[in-house]
Amino acid sequence: MSKETNRRDFLGYSFAAVAAVGGAASLVGMKQVWDPLPSVLAGGFTTVDLTTLKAGEPETFVWRGKPIFVLKKTAEMEQSARDLHIGEDRFIIAIGLCTHLGCIPAWKKDTWKCACHGGEYNSSAKQTFGPPPRPLDLPPFSVNGTSIVLGEEGPEYKKIAETLKA
Amino acid sequence: MAKFEKANSVGEWLDQRLNLTTFNKVMMTEYWIPKDINFLWAMGVLLATTFGILVISGLFLMMYYKPDVNLAFDSVNYTIMQEVAFGWLFRHMHGVAASVVFLIIYIHMFTGIYYGSYKQGREMIWISGMLLFMTFSAAGFSGYMLPWGQMSYWAAMVITNLFGGVPVIGDALVVWIRGDFNVADATLTRFFMLHVFLLPITIMGIIGLHFYTLRIPHVNNQSSDEFDFDAEAEKYLSGNKKESKVIPFWPIFISKDLAVLGIFLIFYFYLVFFHYNFAMDPVNFDPADNMVTPAHIYPEWYFLWSYEVLRGFFFDIAGFKAFDIGLIAFAFANVIFLLLPWLDRDPKILPAHKRPAFFVWFWLLMVDLIVLTVYGKLPPTGTNAWVGFFAAVSFILLFIILPIISKIDAKKRGSL
Repeated sequence: MSKETNRRDFLGYSFAAVAAVGGAASLVGMKQVWDPLPSVLAGGFTTVDLTTLKAGEPETFVWRGKPIFVLKKTAEMEQSARDLHIGEDRFIIAIGLCTHLGCIPAWKKDTWKCACHGGEYNSSAKQTFGPPPRPLDLPPFSVNGTSIVLGEEGPEYKKIAETLKA
Repeated sequence: MAKFEKANSVGEWLDQRLNLTTFNKVMMTEYWIPKDINFLWAMGVLLATTFGILVISGLFLMMYYKPDVNLAFDSVNYTIMQEVAFGWLFRHMHGVAASVVFLIIYIHMFTGIYYGSYKQGREMIWISGMLLFMTFSAAGFSGYMLPWGQMSYWAAMVITNLFGGVPVIGDALVVWIRGDFNVADATLTRFFMLHVFLLPITIMGIIGLHFYTLRIPHVNNQSSDEFDFDAEAEKYLSGNKKESKVIPFWPIFISKDLAVLGIFLIFYFYLVFFHYNFAMDPVNFDPADNMVTPAHIYPEWYFLWSYEVLRGFFFDIAGFKAFDIGLIAFAFANVIFLLLPWLDRDPKILPAHKRPAFFVWFWLLMVDLIVLTVYGKLPPTGTNAWVGFFAAVSFILLFIILPIISKIDAKKRGSL
């Protein structure tokens, strides 16, 4: 190998090193441009008053642009580890997006049915038919008397989240 | 510097500097196409033209479209449709061309499959073509989001959620693609960028590649006759046009292409003026609402077959979640066509009617794709769910048995 070739190789390798560092840095920058903005991440909190709910008729609230189902169970509805007990009442709280591909299931009599791909969830938000891989997701919440605050992680949330993991 | 003589005409002046005569020969008058072809060989020119219509109508739409969740719906349905002179025409041309381009892509693809134009040296033609199919699909999807109606929103929701199936990083990936926890303003604006710039320019690049891949293996013909293009071209150039098996792209081949193009354009503008509704889903004339899913959502007709493969698996099998099986099947459906040149184990190029087992396979595939397309639009309940399941399984099985099918033909013929 001649002297020139070595020098040219050196130039080539130095450029490759500069380009690799620059390329990697720009990829990080480009990735972060697509990340959610701080204003989006700040999200916010939603307070839901549970006393206005009628048993057996779930209501939908909005938290971070997502629908949140809150169902006050009737006495006949099954017991579940997911039930939130407040006084005598049992509540089911769930993100109202099908865990299959994110459509909003509709409440039909005693089941949430998803029109998109036919998934179904029972009154405890557990999947009973179709493609959903897991129950409806649990949003973080904390209990404040007879209302809940969505977005905060209270002890009741942590307990229920723990039973869902098992 | 090269020495330049005084030119006697503008043509000569340009020729001295750009060598246009040679360029013209290479690209047009001495680019050889087989004689033994039919109207199905005109689909390439039809596609190039339809893409041109999409680009031009898109430019006019872009002048009034606003990629913002508060303005998008009205900028399309009020400003473009009612205020802009001929805005309705450009929108309908764009929407109908987006639909029709897939019809022609499918005809183009299945012509290639029928005549075996994807193997034995033609693999790169096939692969670049499938890359075009994928980029066109991405362009179709991103464009469908822009009017920001209910179908736009929920299609975006479902498709972005598909990325949640990626192991480990799935959930974070979905948020990253959307730029928000759900489909929102950030999502609309970035998909606008993809639709009007990155995807079109990628498509243009791949179209160039696709044309180039034809140069060395050449265009296939109806009887899959293999001959020496140089020798046939020699015959043609020496005046022996009748005996030669080839014709020049320009002006001979293109004349028939343009005749087919004329018929196609009459059909296309008939749709644009009198039947544009098939490309304008009524549900998408409701503004996007993240709190209400339409009663029944489905993609445009050209995605129905793969959509049905996705949702065909509606119950868990052997411990595998229905969601994961559907997603794997969907991924399979979207990449398996790319592998076609290697799944076909028959070493000879022949049209399907000269390959008995493959002939049956080809038409079964057509029937299965039609069944998937029809059931992809129906609600996934009761019998429909089961028809979808069996059609999806059949689709996968067809590709798994293809190597065996193609070997059977080759053995019978004695070429294996």
